[in-house]
Amino acid sequence: MTVEELRAQFPILSSQVNGRPLVYLDNAATSQRPASVVECWEGMALRTNANLHRAVHALAARATDRYEQTREFVRHYLNAAAREEIIFTSGTTGGINLLAHSFGEAFLQEGDEILIAECEHHSDIVPWQLLAARKGLKIKVLPILDDGMPDLSALEGLLSPRTKIACIAQISNVLGILNPVGEIIRTCHAKGCAVLVDGAQGIVHGKVDVRALDCDFYVFSGHKVFAATGTGVLYGKKALLEQMPPFLGGGEMIDTVRFSGTTFAPLPGKFEAGTQDFCAVPTLMPALALAGSVFADAELQRSGEEVKAYVLDALRRNPRIRLFGDPADPARKVPLFSFCVEGAHHEDLALILDKMGVAVRSGQMCAEPLMDRFGVTGMLRASFAPYNTLREAETFTASLEKAIDMLT
Amino acid sequence: MTLEEKKQEVVDEFAMFEGWMDRYEYIIELGKNLDAYPEDRRTEDRLIKGCQSRVWLDWELRDGRLEFAADSDALITKGIIALLLDVYSGRTAEEIAADDFSFLEEIGLRENLSPTRANGLVSMIATLRRAAEETLAGK
Repeated sequence: MTVEELRAQFPILSSQVNGRPLVYLDNAATSQRPASVVECWEGMALRTNANLHRAVHALAARATDRYEQTREFVRHYLNAAAREEIIFTSGTTGGINLLAHSFGEAFLQEGDEILIAECEHHSDIVPWQLLAARKGLKIKVLPILDDGMPDLSALEGLLSPRTKIACIAQISNVLGILNPVGEIIRTCHAKGCAVLVDGAQGIVHGKVDVRALDCDFYVFSGHKVFAATGTGVLYGKKALLEQMPPFLGGGEMIDTVRFSGTTFAPLPGKFEAGTQDFCAVPTLMPALALAGSVFADAELQRSGEEVKAYVLDALRRNPRIRLFGDPADPARKVPLFSFCVEGAHHEDLALILDKMGVAVRSGQMCAEPLMDRFGVTGMLRASFAPYNTLREAETFTASLEKAIDMLT
Repeated sequence: MTLEEKKQEVVDEFAMFEGWMDRYEYIIELGKNLDAYPEDRRTEDRLIKGCQSRVWLDWELRDGRLEFAADSDALITKGIIALLLDVYSGRTAEEIAADDFSFLEEIGLRENLSPTRANGLVSMIATLRRAAEETLAGK
Protein backbone atom coordinates (compact mmCIF):
# COMPACT_ATOMS: atom_id res chain seq x y z
CA MET A 1 0.00 0.00 0.00
CA THR A 2 1.29 3.50 -0.77
CA VAL A 3 0.97 6.33 1.73
CA GLU A 4 -1.42 8.03 -0.67
CA GLU A 5 -3.64 4.95 -0.73
CA LEU A 6 -3.62 4.91 3.05
CA ARG A 7 -4.40 8.63 3.23
CA ALA A 8 -7.36 8.19 0.93
CA GLN A 9 -9.02 6.15 3.69
CA PHE A 10 -8.96 9.17 6.04
CA PRO A 11 -11.34 11.87 4.72
CA ILE A 12 -10.13 14.56 7.16
CA LEU A 13 -6.57 14.44 5.81
CA SER A 14 -7.59 16.21 2.60
CA SER A 15 -9.16 19.12 4.48
CA GLN A 16 -7.78 22.62 5.04
CA VAL A 17 -7.24 24.70 8.16
CA ASN A 18 -6.54 28.43 8.11
CA GLY A 19 -6.60 28.26 4.32
CA ARG A 20 -3.74 25.75 4.18
CA PRO A 21 -3.74 21.99 3.65
CA LEU A 22 -3.96 20.31 7.05
CA VAL A 23 -0.70 18.76 8.21
CA TYR A 24 -1.86 16.76 11.21
CA LEU A 25 1.04 16.01 13.55
CA ASP A 26 -0.82 15.58 16.83
CA ASN A 27 -1.33 11.86 16.41
CA ALA A 28 -0.04 11.05 19.88
CA ALA A 29 -3.06 12.93 21.27
CA THR A 30 -5.50 11.19 18.96
CA SER A 31 -5.27 9.60 15.54
CA GLN A 32 -7.60 10.45 12.71
CA ARG A 33 -10.31 7.96 11.84
CA PRO A 34 -10.62 6.02 8.59
CA ALA A 35 -13.94 5.79 6.76
CA SER A 36 -14.19 2.09 7.69
CA VAL A 37 -14.30 2.99 11.39
CA VAL A 38 -16.84 5.78 10.90
CA GLU A 39 -19.04 3.45 8.80
CA CYS A 40 -18.84 0.73 11.44
CA TRP A 41 -19.72 3.21 14.19
CA GLU A 42 -22.59 4.67 12.21
CA GLY A 43 -23.81 1.23 11.17
CA MET A 44 -24.01 0.17 14.79
CA ALA A 45 -26.07 3.24 15.70
CA LEU A 46 -28.32 3.07 12.64
CA ARG A 47 -28.88 -0.66 12.31
CA THR A 48 -27.67 -2.57 15.35
CA ASN A 49 -28.60 -0.39 18.29
CA ALA A 50 -29.68 -2.46 21.30
CA ASN A 51 -28.28 -2.95 24.76
CA LEU A 52 -26.02 -5.93 25.31
CA HIS A 53 -26.53 -9.32 26.89
CA ARG A 54 -29.84 -8.39 28.50
CA ALA A 55 -32.65 -9.00 26.07
CA VAL A 56 -33.66 -11.98 23.96
CA HIS A 57 -34.76 -10.02 20.92
CA ALA A 58 -32.90 -10.23 17.63
CA LEU A 59 -31.37 -6.77 17.66
CA ALA A 60 -29.91 -7.27 21.14
CA ALA A 61 -28.49 -10.60 20.01
CA ARG A 62 -26.83 -8.95 17.02
CA ALA A 63 -25.36 -6.13 19.09
CA THR A 64 -24.10 -8.64 21.65
CA ASP A 65 -22.57 -10.77 18.89
CA ARG A 66 -20.70 -7.79 17.48
CA TYR A 67 -19.45 -6.84 20.93
CA GLU A 68 -18.23 -10.33 21.78
CA GLN A 69 -16.82 -10.75 18.28
CA THR A 70 -14.75 -7.64 19.01
CA ARG A 71 -13.48 -9.18 22.22
CA GLU A 72 -12.31 -12.24 20.31
CA PHE A 73 -10.76 -10.00 17.64
CA VAL A 74 -8.82 -8.02 20.25
CA ARG A 75 -7.76 -11.23 22.04
CA HIS A 76 -6.38 -12.56 18.80
CA TYR A 77 -4.73 -9.24 17.89
CA LEU A 78 -2.94 -9.01 21.24
CA ASN A 79 -2.31 -12.76 21.29
CA ALA A 80 -3.94 -13.05 24.71
CA ALA A 81 -4.64 -16.55 25.95
CA ALA A 82 -8.35 -16.19 26.71
CA ARG A 83 -11.31 -13.91 26.04
CA GLU A 84 -11.75 -13.45 29.79
CA GLU A 85 -8.50 -11.48 29.74
CA ILE A 86 -9.90 -8.72 27.52
CA ILE A 87 -11.83 -6.07 29.47
CA PHE A 88 -13.40 -3.20 27.57
CA THR A 89 -12.84 0.18 29.18
CA SER A 90 -13.42 3.83 28.29
CA GLY A 91 -9.73 4.20 27.43
CA THR A 92 -6.27 3.99 28.93
CA THR A 93 -7.15 6.23 31.87
CA GLY A 94 -10.27 4.18 32.59
CA GLY A 95 -8.24 0.98 32.45
CA ILE A 96 -5.56 2.19 34.83
CA ASN A 97 -8.12 3.50 37.32
CA LEU A 98 -9.84 0.13 37.29
CA LEU A 99 -6.55 -1.63 37.78
CA ALA A 100 -5.30 0.69 40.52
CA HIS A 101 -8.51 0.11 42.44
CA SER A 102 -9.01 -3.60 41.96
CA PHE A 103 -5.37 -4.74 41.96
CA GLY A 104 -4.82 -2.50 44.98
CA GLU A 105 -7.74 -4.03 46.86
CA ALA A 106 -6.62 -7.56 46.08
CA PHE A 107 -2.87 -7.42 46.50
CA LEU A 108 -1.62 -4.31 48.28
CA GLN A 109 -1.28 -3.81 52.03
CA GLU A 110 -0.17 -0.78 54.01
CA GLY A 111 3.56 -0.23 53.55
CA ASP A 112 3.68 -1.93 50.14
CA GLU A 113 5.29 -0.15 47.21
CA ILE A 114 4.43 0.81 43.65
CA LEU A 115 7.18 1.56 41.16
CA ILE A 116 6.38 4.16 38.49
CA ALA A 117 8.67 5.32 35.70
CA GLU A 118 9.54 9.02 35.66
CA CYS A 119 8.32 9.33 32.07
CA GLU A 120 4.76 8.24 32.82
CA HIS A 121 1.69 10.15 31.70
CA HIS A 122 -0.36 11.63 34.55
CA SER A 123 -2.92 8.87 33.90
CA ASP A 124 -0.35 6.32 35.02
CA ILE A 125 0.64 8.34 38.09
CA VAL A 126 -2.44 9.88 39.65
CA PRO A 127 -4.61 6.71 39.97
CA TRP A 128 -1.69 5.11 41.85
CA GLN A 129 -1.27 8.16 44.06
CA LEU A 130 -4.95 8.00 44.96
CA LEU A 131 -4.56 4.32 45.81
CA ALA A 132 -1.38 5.01 47.78
CA ALA A 133 -3.16 7.69 49.82
CA ARG A 134 -6.09 5.35 50.54
CA LYS A 135 -3.99 2.40 51.59
CA GLY A 136 -0.82 3.93 52.98
CA LEU A 137 1.47 2.78 50.17
CA LYS A 138 4.79 4.10 49.03
CA ILE A 139 5.46 5.24 45.47
CA LYS A 140 8.95 4.80 44.08
CA VAL A 141 10.21 6.33 40.85
CA LEU A 142 12.28 4.66 38.14
CA PRO A 143 14.49 7.49 36.83
CA ILE A 144 14.87 8.51 33.20
CA LEU A 145 18.36 9.18 31.86
CA ASP A 146 19.40 12.22 29.82
CA ASP A 147 18.82 10.44 26.50
CA GLY A 148 15.29 9.50 27.56
CA MET A 149 15.95 5.84 28.36
CA PRO A 150 14.87 4.43 31.73
CA ASP A 151 17.77 3.83 34.10
CA LEU A 152 17.82 0.05 34.10
CA SER A 153 20.85 0.00 36.38
CA ALA A 154 18.62 1.47 39.12
CA LEU A 155 15.78 -0.98 38.60
CA GLU A 156 16.88 -3.92 40.69
CA GLY A 157 17.78 -1.72 43.64
CA LEU A 158 14.32 -0.14 43.56
CA LEU A 159 12.52 -3.47 43.75
CA SER A 160 12.02 -4.70 47.28
CA PRO A 161 9.91 -7.65 48.43
CA ARG A 162 7.20 -5.07 49.12
CA THR A 163 7.13 -3.71 45.56
CA LYS A 164 3.96 -5.28 44.21
CA ILE A 165 3.52 -3.59 40.85
CA ALA A 166 5.67 -1.61 38.41
CA CYS A 167 4.11 0.76 35.86
CA ILE A 168 5.88 1.69 32.65
CA ALA A 169 4.85 3.06 29.28
CA GLN A 170 5.78 0.94 26.31
CA ILE A 171 6.49 4.29 24.60
CA SER A 172 6.37 7.58 26.51
CA ASN A 173 4.01 10.14 25.00
CA VAL A 174 6.79 12.72 25.33
CA LEU A 175 10.02 10.88 24.60
CA GLY A 176 8.90 8.64 21.75
CA ILE A 177 11.23 5.83 22.78
CA LEU A 178 10.46 2.13 22.78
CA ASN A 179 11.22 1.39 26.41
CA PRO A 180 12.94 -1.94 27.13
CA VAL A 181 9.76 -3.30 28.68
CA GLY A 182 10.71 -6.93 28.07
CA GLU A 183 13.81 -6.55 30.18
CA ILE A 184 11.95 -4.58 32.84
CA ILE A 185 9.27 -7.27 33.02
CA ARG A 186 11.87 -10.05 33.42
CA THR A 187 13.65 -8.17 36.20
CA CYS A 188 10.40 -7.35 38.00
CA HIS A 189 9.07 -10.90 37.72
CA ALA A 190 12.31 -12.27 39.13
CA LYS A 191 11.58 -10.11 42.18
CA GLY A 192 7.93 -11.13 42.38
CA CYS A 193 6.62 -7.78 41.15
CA ALA A 194 3.76 -7.54 38.62
CA VAL A 195 4.04 -5.16 35.65
CA LEU A 196 1.54 -2.87 33.99
CA VAL A 197 2.52 -1.75 30.50
CA ASP A 198 0.80 1.48 29.43
CA GLY A 199 0.31 0.88 25.74
CA ALA A 200 -1.44 4.16 24.88
CA GLN A 201 1.40 5.01 22.47
CA GLY A 202 2.81 1.50 22.07
CA ILE A 203 -0.29 0.14 20.35
CA VAL A 204 0.16 2.83 17.67
CA HIS A 205 3.68 1.99 16.60
CA GLY A 206 3.77 -1.75 16.23
CA LYS A 207 2.11 -5.10 16.70
CA VAL A 208 1.69 -6.06 20.35
CA ASP A 209 1.98 -9.61 21.68
CA VAL A 210 1.10 -9.67 25.37
CA ARG A 211 2.19 -13.28 25.81
CA ALA A 212 5.57 -12.69 24.22
CA LEU A 213 5.96 -9.58 26.41
CA ASP A 214 4.73 -11.54 29.43
CA CYS A 215 3.31 -8.35 30.97
CA ASP A 216 0.68 -8.87 33.64
CA PHE A 217 -1.47 -5.99 32.43
CA TYR A 218 -1.61 -3.96 29.24
CA VAL A 219 -3.85 -0.97 28.61
CA PHE A 220 -4.59 1.11 25.55
CA SER A 221 -7.13 3.56 24.08
CA GLY A 222 -8.95 2.90 20.83
CA HIS A 223 -8.97 6.52 19.66
CA LYS A 224 -5.20 6.69 19.33
CA VAL A 225 -5.17 3.71 16.98
CA PHE A 226 -7.92 4.76 14.53
CA ALA A 227 -10.91 3.42 16.55
CA ALA A 228 -13.83 5.35 18.00
CA THR A 229 -13.44 7.64 20.98
CA GLY A 230 -14.54 6.16 24.28
CA THR A 231 -13.12 2.73 23.55
CA GLY A 232 -10.26 1.06 25.34
CA VAL A 233 -8.91 -2.25 26.49
CA LEU A 234 -7.44 -3.59 29.69
CA TYR A 235 -5.65 -6.87 29.19
CA GLY A 236 -4.83 -8.78 32.34
CA LYS A 237 -3.62 -12.27 33.11
CA LYS A 238 -6.63 -14.34 34.02
CA ALA A 239 -5.15 -15.70 37.23
CA LEU A 240 -4.71 -12.14 38.51
CA LEU A 241 -8.00 -10.73 37.23
CA GLU A 242 -9.88 -13.59 38.89
CA GLN A 243 -8.53 -12.62 42.30
CA MET A 244 -9.40 -8.95 41.90
CA PRO A 245 -12.69 -7.48 43.16
CA PRO A 246 -14.88 -5.39 40.85
CA PHE A 247 -14.24 -1.69 40.39
CA LEU A 248 -17.65 -0.27 39.46
CA GLY A 249 -20.83 -1.94 40.67
CA GLY A 250 -24.03 -2.07 38.67
CA GLY A 251 -25.72 -3.88 35.84
CA GLU A 252 -24.16 -6.80 33.98
CA MET A 253 -21.33 -7.35 36.46
CA ILE A 254 -23.42 -9.35 38.90
CA ASP A 255 -24.35 -12.97 39.35
CA THR A 256 -27.10 -12.62 41.95
CA VAL A 257 -28.14 -9.55 43.90
CA ARG A 258 -29.81 -9.75 47.31
CA PHE A 259 -29.84 -7.14 50.05
CA SER A 260 -28.19 -9.82 52.15
CA GLY A 261 -25.29 -9.94 49.67
CA THR A 262 -24.34 -9.94 46.02
CA THR A 263 -22.19 -12.30 44.00
CA PHE A 264 -20.40 -11.22 40.89
CA ALA A 265 -20.35 -12.34 37.29
CA PRO A 266 -17.33 -14.26 36.06
CA LEU A 267 -14.71 -12.57 33.87
CA PRO A 268 -14.86 -10.44 31.83
CA GLY A 269 -18.33 -9.21 32.86
CA LYS A 270 -17.20 -8.61 36.44
CA PHE A 271 -15.29 -5.55 35.27
CA GLU A 272 -17.83 -4.21 32.78
CA ALA A 273 -20.54 -2.58 34.90
CA GLY A 274 -23.31 -0.57 33.33
CA THR A 275 -24.16 0.03 29.70
CA GLN A 276 -21.08 -0.29 27.57
CA ASP A 277 -20.36 1.89 24.53
CA PHE A 278 -21.63 -0.89 22.31
CA CYS A 279 -21.78 1.27 19.18
CA ALA A 280 -18.14 2.32 19.50
CA VAL A 281 -16.49 -0.92 20.70
CA PRO A 282 -16.90 -2.82 17.39
CA THR A 283 -14.86 -0.09 15.64
CA LEU A 284 -11.82 -1.67 17.29
CA MET A 285 -12.10 -4.37 14.61
CA PRO A 286 -11.62 -2.25 11.45
CA ALA A 287 -9.19 -0.02 13.38
CA LEU A 288 -6.88 -2.79 14.56
CA ALA A 289 -7.23 -4.60 11.24
CA LEU A 290 -5.92 -1.46 9.54
CA ALA A 291 -3.14 -0.99 12.11
CA GLY A 292 -2.10 -4.61 11.66
CA SER A 293 -1.97 -4.30 7.89
CA VAL A 294 0.03 -1.06 8.16
CA PHE A 295 2.62 -2.75 10.38
CA ALA A 296 2.87 -5.67 7.94
CA ASP A 297 3.20 -3.46 4.86
CA ALA A 298 6.79 -3.09 3.68
CA GLU A 299 6.09 0.04 1.62
CA LEU A 300 4.42 1.87 4.53
CA GLN A 301 7.14 0.80 6.93
CA ARG A 302 9.78 2.10 4.53
CA SER A 303 7.96 5.41 4.15
CA GLY A 304 7.56 5.71 7.95
CA GLU A 305 11.28 5.12 8.44
CA GLU A 306 12.06 7.73 5.82
CA VAL A 307 9.87 10.34 7.55
CA LYS A 308 11.39 9.48 10.93
CA ALA A 309 14.98 9.72 9.67
CA TYR A 310 14.28 13.00 7.89
CA VAL A 311 12.70 14.73 10.91
CA LEU A 312 15.24 13.32 13.35
CA ASP A 313 18.08 14.61 11.19
CA ALA A 314 16.49 18.05 10.69
CA LEU A 315 15.92 18.51 14.43
CA ARG A 316 19.36 17.23 15.38
CA ARG A 317 21.08 19.53 12.90
CA ASN A 318 19.49 22.70 14.28
CA PRO A 319 21.76 23.90 17.10
CA ARG A 320 18.91 25.85 18.71
CA ILE A 321 16.76 22.78 19.09
CA ARG A 322 16.97 20.56 22.14
CA LEU A 323 15.36 17.21 21.39
CA PHE A 324 14.11 15.12 24.32
CA GLY A 325 14.28 11.39 23.82
CA ASP A 326 17.26 10.89 21.55
CA PRO A 327 18.62 7.39 22.17
CA ALA A 328 21.92 6.21 20.74
CA ASP A 329 20.09 3.44 18.89
CA PRO A 330 17.71 5.13 16.39
CA ALA A 331 15.73 1.89 16.08
CA ARG A 332 14.41 2.67 19.57
CA LYS A 333 12.93 5.96 18.42
CA VAL A 334 9.43 6.24 16.98
CA PRO A 335 8.36 9.28 14.90
CA LEU A 336 7.26 11.27 17.95
CA PHE A 337 9.46 14.28 18.61
CA SER A 338 9.30 16.59 21.63
CA PHE A 339 11.69 19.50 21.74
CA CYS A 340 12.40 23.04 22.89
CA VAL A 341 13.73 25.86 20.75
CA GLU A 342 16.18 28.25 22.34
CA GLY A 343 14.65 31.73 22.52
CA ALA A 344 11.20 30.69 21.28
CA HIS A 345 8.33 29.61 23.51
CA HIS A 346 6.51 26.39 22.61
CA GLU A 347 3.12 28.09 22.71
CA ASP A 348 4.21 30.79 20.25
CA LEU A 349 5.63 28.18 17.90
CA ALA A 350 2.44 26.10 18.05
CA LEU A 351 0.25 29.16 17.38
CA ILE A 352 2.29 30.15 14.32
CA LEU A 353 2.51 26.57 13.01
CA ASP A 354 -1.27 26.33 13.33
CA LYS A 355 -1.62 29.36 11.09
CA MET A 356 0.46 27.49 8.52
CA GLY A 357 -1.87 24.49 8.72
CA VAL A 358 0.47 22.41 10.88
CA ALA A 359 -1.18 20.89 13.97
CA VAL A 360 1.29 20.14 16.74
CA ARG A 361 1.01 19.91 20.49
CA SER A 362 2.62 22.31 22.94
CA GLY A 363 2.77 22.35 26.70
CA GLN A 364 3.44 19.84 29.40
CA MET A 365 1.74 16.94 27.66
CA CYS A 366 0.31 15.50 30.87
CA ALA A 367 3.79 14.65 32.08
CA GLU A 368 4.77 17.35 34.57
CA PRO A 369 7.29 15.20 36.45
CA LEU A 370 9.13 14.65 33.18
CA MET A 371 9.07 18.41 32.43
CA ASP A 372 10.61 18.97 35.87
CA ARG A 373 13.16 16.23 35.16
CA PHE A 374 14.39 18.12 32.10
CA GLY A 375 13.97 21.55 33.73
CA VAL A 376 11.49 22.97 31.22
CA THR A 377 7.99 24.45 31.51
CA GLY A 378 6.80 22.79 28.34
CA MET A 379 7.79 21.39 24.97
CA LEU A 380 6.62 21.31 21.40
CA ARG A 381 5.64 17.88 20.10
CA ALA A 382 5.22 16.68 16.53
CA SER A 383 3.90 13.13 16.40
CA PHE A 384 3.63 11.36 13.07
CA ALA A 385 1.32 8.56 11.95
CA PRO A 386 1.83 6.15 9.04
CA TYR A 387 -0.40 8.38 6.89
CA ASN A 388 1.94 11.36 7.20
CA THR A 389 4.07 11.90 4.11
CA LEU A 390 7.64 13.01 3.67
CA ARG A 391 6.24 16.11 2.00
CA GLU A 392 4.30 16.91 5.17
CA ALA A 393 7.46 16.39 7.21
CA GLU A 394 9.19 18.90 4.93
CA THR A 395 6.32 21.36 5.36
CA PHE A 396 6.69 20.93 9.11
CA THR A 397 10.42 21.62 9.21
CA ALA A 398 10.13 24.57 6.80
CA SER A 399 7.21 26.03 8.80
CA LEU A 400 9.14 25.54 12.02
CA GLU A 401 12.12 27.45 10.58
CA LYS A 402 9.82 30.26 9.56
CA ALA A 403 8.12 30.37 12.97
CA ILE A 404 11.51 30.50 14.69
CA ASP A 405 12.55 33.36 12.40
CA MET A 406 9.42 35.30 13.29
CA LEU A 407 10.00 34.90 17.00
CA THR A 408 13.70 35.55 17.27
CA MET B 1 -8.33 59.64 24.57
CA THR B 2 -11.36 57.84 25.98
CA LEU B 3 -11.36 54.06 26.31
CA GLU B 4 -13.79 53.77 23.38
CA GLU B 5 -11.60 55.96 21.19
CA LYS B 6 -8.50 54.01 22.12
CA LYS B 7 -10.15 50.69 21.29
CA GLN B 8 -11.31 52.08 17.95
CA GLU B 9 -7.77 53.19 17.22
CA VAL B 10 -6.50 49.65 17.77
CA VAL B 11 -9.29 48.16 15.67
CA ASP B 12 -8.48 50.56 12.83
CA GLU B 13 -4.80 49.74 13.06
CA PHE B 14 -5.47 46.00 12.80
CA ALA B 15 -7.84 46.52 9.88
CA MET B 16 -4.83 47.55 7.80
CA PHE B 17 -3.14 44.16 8.13
CA GLU B 18 -3.49 41.82 5.20
CA GLY B 19 -3.28 38.46 6.94
CA TRP B 20 -2.40 36.58 10.08
CA MET B 21 1.32 36.96 9.52
CA ASP B 22 1.26 40.76 9.52
CA ARG B 23 -0.92 40.66 12.60
CA TYR B 24 1.36 38.25 14.44
CA GLU B 25 4.49 40.13 13.42
CA TYR B 26 3.01 43.32 14.82
CA ILE B 27 1.99 41.62 18.06
CA ILE B 28 5.41 40.01 18.42
CA GLU B 29 6.97 43.46 17.97
CA LEU B 30 4.69 44.87 20.69
CA GLY B 31 5.76 42.00 22.94
CA LYS B 32 9.43 42.68 22.41
CA ASN B 33 8.91 46.37 23.23
CA LEU B 34 6.83 45.92 26.37
CA ASP B 35 8.26 47.75 29.38
CA ALA B 36 10.39 45.46 31.53
CA TYR B 37 8.43 43.92 34.37
CA PRO B 38 9.83 44.76 37.82
CA GLU B 39 11.84 41.72 38.94
CA ASP B 40 10.88 42.18 42.61
CA ARG B 41 7.27 41.61 41.62
CA ARG B 42 7.89 38.41 39.69
CA THR B 43 6.43 36.41 42.54
CA GLU B 44 4.10 33.44 42.93
CA ASP B 45 1.15 35.61 43.98
CA ARG B 46 1.43 37.68 40.79
CA LEU B 47 1.73 34.63 38.56
CA ILE B 48 -1.26 33.63 36.50
CA LYS B 49 -0.63 30.06 35.56
CA GLY B 50 -2.02 28.82 32.30
CA CYS B 51 -1.44 25.38 30.86
CA GLN B 52 1.18 26.71 28.47
CA SER B 53 2.31 30.29 28.92
CA ARG B 54 2.86 31.99 32.23
CA VAL B 55 1.71 35.53 32.84
CA TRP B 56 2.73 37.88 35.66
CA LEU B 57 0.41 40.75 36.40
CA ASP B 58 0.69 43.46 38.98
CA TRP B 59 -1.30 46.63 39.50
CA GLU B 60 -1.60 49.65 41.69
CA LEU B 61 -4.07 52.45 42.11
CA ARG B 62 -2.53 55.82 41.27
CA ASP B 63 -4.64 58.99 41.36
CA GLY B 64 -7.83 56.95 41.04
CA ARG B 65 -6.54 55.04 38.02
CA LEU B 66 -5.35 51.45 37.71
CA GLU B 67 -1.78 51.15 36.47
CA PHE B 68 -0.82 47.68 35.29
CA ALA B 69 2.54 46.00 34.76
CA ALA B 70 2.70 42.56 33.18
CA ASP B 71 4.93 40.01 31.50
CA SER B 72 4.78 36.57 29.89
CA ASP B 73 7.29 33.93 28.91
CA ALA B 74 5.52 33.51 25.55
CA LEU B 75 6.01 36.30 23.05
CA ILE B 76 2.62 36.35 21.33
CA THR B 77 0.90 36.36 24.69
CA LYS B 78 3.27 39.11 25.78
CA GLY B 79 2.40 41.13 22.69
CA ILE B 80 -1.31 40.83 23.39
CA ILE B 81 -0.58 41.85 26.97
CA ALA B 82 1.22 44.94 25.67
CA LEU B 83 -1.84 45.72 23.60
CA LEU B 84 -4.12 45.26 26.61
CA LEU B 85 -1.96 47.41 28.85
CA ASP B 86 -1.84 50.12 26.20
CA VAL B 87 -5.63 50.16 26.16
CA TYR B 88 -6.50 49.55 29.80
CA SER B 89 -3.64 50.81 31.94
CA GLY B 90 -4.40 54.24 33.36
CA ARG B 91 -8.17 53.76 33.19
CA THR B 92 -10.51 53.95 36.14
CA ALA B 93 -11.83 50.81 37.80
CA GLU B 94 -15.35 51.79 36.69
CA GLU B 95 -14.30 51.91 33.04
CA ILE B 96 -12.56 48.53 33.15
CA ALA B 97 -15.27 46.76 35.12
CA ALA B 98 -17.89 47.94 32.62
CA ASP B 99 -15.89 46.82 29.56
CA ASP B 100 -16.53 43.49 27.82
CA PHE B 101 -13.11 43.16 26.09
CA SER B 102 -14.92 42.16 22.91
CA PHE B 103 -12.74 44.42 20.74
CA LEU B 104 -10.10 41.66 20.85
CA GLU B 105 -12.42 39.57 18.70
CA GLU B 106 -12.77 42.42 16.23
CA ILE B 107 -9.02 42.46 15.70
CA GLY B 108 -8.89 38.73 14.99
CA LEU B 109 -7.47 37.52 18.27
CA ARG B 110 -10.49 35.48 19.17
CA GLU B 111 -8.69 32.13 18.97
CA ASN B 112 -5.96 33.37 21.27
CA LEU B 113 -8.58 34.15 23.87
CA SER B 114 -10.65 31.02 23.70
CA PRO B 115 -10.84 29.48 27.18
CA THR B 116 -10.22 26.08 25.59
CA ARG B 117 -6.70 27.19 24.75
CA ALA B 118 -6.19 27.30 28.49
CA ASN B 119 -3.47 29.89 28.19
CA GLY B 120 -2.51 32.58 30.61
CA LEU B 121 -4.17 35.29 28.57
CA VAL B 122 -7.73 34.27 29.38
CA SER B 123 -6.85 34.23 33.06
CA MET B 124 -5.11 37.54 32.65
CA ILE B 125 -8.25 39.26 31.39
CA ALA B 126 -10.17 37.72 34.27
CA THR B 127 -7.53 39.13 36.61
CA LEU B 128 -7.72 42.59 35.01
CA ARG B 129 -11.43 42.52 35.69
CA ARG B 130 -10.90 41.26 39.20
CA ALA B 131 -8.48 44.14 39.83
CA ALA B 132 -11.18 46.57 38.73
CA GLU B 133 -13.92 44.87 40.77
CA GLU B 134 -11.77 44.64 43.90
CA THR B 135 -10.88 48.29 43.56
CA LEU B 136 -14.54 49.21 43.27
CA ALA B 137 -15.49 47.02 46.23
CA GLY B 138 -12.75 48.60 48.30
CA LYS B 139 -14.11 52.08 47.72
